[in-house]
Amino acid sequence: MEKYNTDVMTMSREDMEKLQSERLVEEIKYVYENQKAYRAKMDEAGVKPEDIKSIKDITKLPFTTKHDLRENYPFGFFACSMKDIVRIHASSGTTGKLTTVGYTQRDLDDWSEAFARSLAIAGVTKDDIIHISYGYGLFTGGLGAHYGGEMMGCAVVPCGTGNTQRQLQLMKDFGATVLCCTPSYALFLGEAIEKDPNLTIDDFKLRIGVFGAEPWSLGMKEKIEEKLHLKAYDIYGLSEISGPGVSMNCGAEELHVQEDLFYPEVVDVDTLEPVPDGVRGELVFTTLRKQGVPLIRYRTRDLCSIQHGVCPHCGRTIVRMSRVTGRTDDMLIIRGVNVFPSQIESALTKIEELNGSHYLLVVERQGLLDTLEIRVEMNPKFFSDAVKDIEKLRKKVDHEVTSAIGIAAKITLCAPGEVPLSEGKTKRTIDNRVIE
Amino acid sequence: MIINQLAVYSQNEVGKLLPIIKTLGMNGINIESLNIADTPEYGIVRMLTSDNVKAQQILSEKGFISTITSLVGVEVKDEAGELSKTLETLAKNGIDIEYIYSYSRKDGKALILIKTDKIKEAEDLLK
Repeated sequence: MEKYNTDVMTMSREDMEKLQSERLVEEIKYVYENQKAYRAKMDEAGVKPEDIKSIKDITKLPFTTKHDLRENYPFGFFACSMKDIVRIHASSGTTGKLTTVGYTQRDLDDWSEAFARSLAIAGVTKDDIIHISYGYGLFTGGLGAHYGGEMMGCAVVPCGTGNTQRQLQLMKDFGATVLCCTPSYALFLGEAIEKDPNLTIDDFKLRIGVFGAEPWSLGMKEKIEEKLHLKAYDIYGLSEISGPGVSMNCGAEELHVQEDLFYPEVVDVDTLEPVPDGVRGELVFTTLRKQGVPLIRYRTRDLCSIQHGVCPHCGRTIVRMSRVTGRTDDMLIIRGVNVFPSQIESALTKIEELNGSHYLLVVERQGLLDTLEIRVEMNPKFFSDAVKDIEKLRKKVDHEVTSAIGIAAKITLCAPGEVPLSEGKTKRTIDNRVIE
Repeated sequence: MIINQLAVYSQNEVGKLLPIIKTLGMNGINIESLNIADTPEYGIVRMLTSDNVKAQQILSEKGFISTITSLVGVEVKDEAGELSKTLETLAKNGIDIEYIYSYSRKDGKALILIKTDKIKEAEDLLK
């Protein structure tokens, strides 16, 4: 199989639970002694470290939320002194306050290990040249991929974001075989190659794409694979837990979670009770070995399900999570109906007359009624000079979207470029409703 | 005769027509006729220009979506009753008109432009 921790990847459930139990007991002791903010939560819930004897006891522990982290900005959740912290990352919040995470050297090593394992799951080897177009900086994408790639022994090209022409030049000249970036930027690069009269995809040697940091549909995945001539893999992660590499797609639809490091649970969004395998809910993570900012039962706000058992695709036994199909906080409630941008994206990318990955949702409130407008780009190949053809297409899009989300939307067909993808995370929703 | 028409898509919003026209003007492309099929949300700007192929290429570089369509063009005298003759011929022969427009020229002639599925048939009938 791959070089990284074959024993962990194919551990029996019994051995995995034993390992997780040992680590959880240690982690909770450490947190109770060193992380004031969470100790207060445990005290309030009446839970002592001695109550946690195995991984099964995890449900006794209180949750941690993004709100908790913001309230304790910047260092309130740090469990060790700056003497042992070697790096700080931060993720931008839509509300303005950052969430900060500090790492000890061991935390960074574990994270690199998780990323290297992820690369191995995708079939990357030390012979590969990895072109990294994730942002370097406070965002964990760039440095996470960077050190993970180095740990594996790949040749890492730390390109960062921006200057697409130069990126393409380097990818071509260096013969990069692996591309790491956001899916929307991958598509952007694919389109840039098509537009460039001096380039064709045959100039490139890409074979594997490791894409993450924003939710994307299977339709978009197909588009990227078609344009960049590579196999696209989902990588999942969040800075609070470490960064990209928390889980990784093996080529089937699901993602393998590095559960010896990051323990996943899925809970019902309303009751917060754990749900059975295969049932969708909010993904919750507990770090099992973190020193800098350990987080216990951290609510990710990402919606997915998990599945135990041997992976029918690759044979690994580590738990799988489904692709994240939405977030509790990017869920739009329109006329009382829960709508996820990912559902709309799936519907749009199936329609060949559209460039379905180029879309923007605009929500307004007119009087007492919410309205949803979907702006989506047409595929120039299918443009017609007759109003009846455009209307036919609008009806088709309307029909597909309505059957996907259950409510009607106003469809605005746009020209290419009117709904641009960005070089980082692409904004998909504008909510202009003023909620009083 | 067969005449090529350039059709460009545009949202129906203030100021949206200008950049299309400006782009053509700046590239030395003359617009011989222009009309817009409008809906509340968008319009299709239909034009005969001095160079449709070049116009389409330039517009596409600027991010506009466009297509070149063949129309049947009929030159008639710019006089009362001329258009009805043309329409009669088409109706009698079961030719469906998708859209039609015309413009008068300085030389006392008018050009009638017809979009139809049966373009070859229509052209032969109207020779």
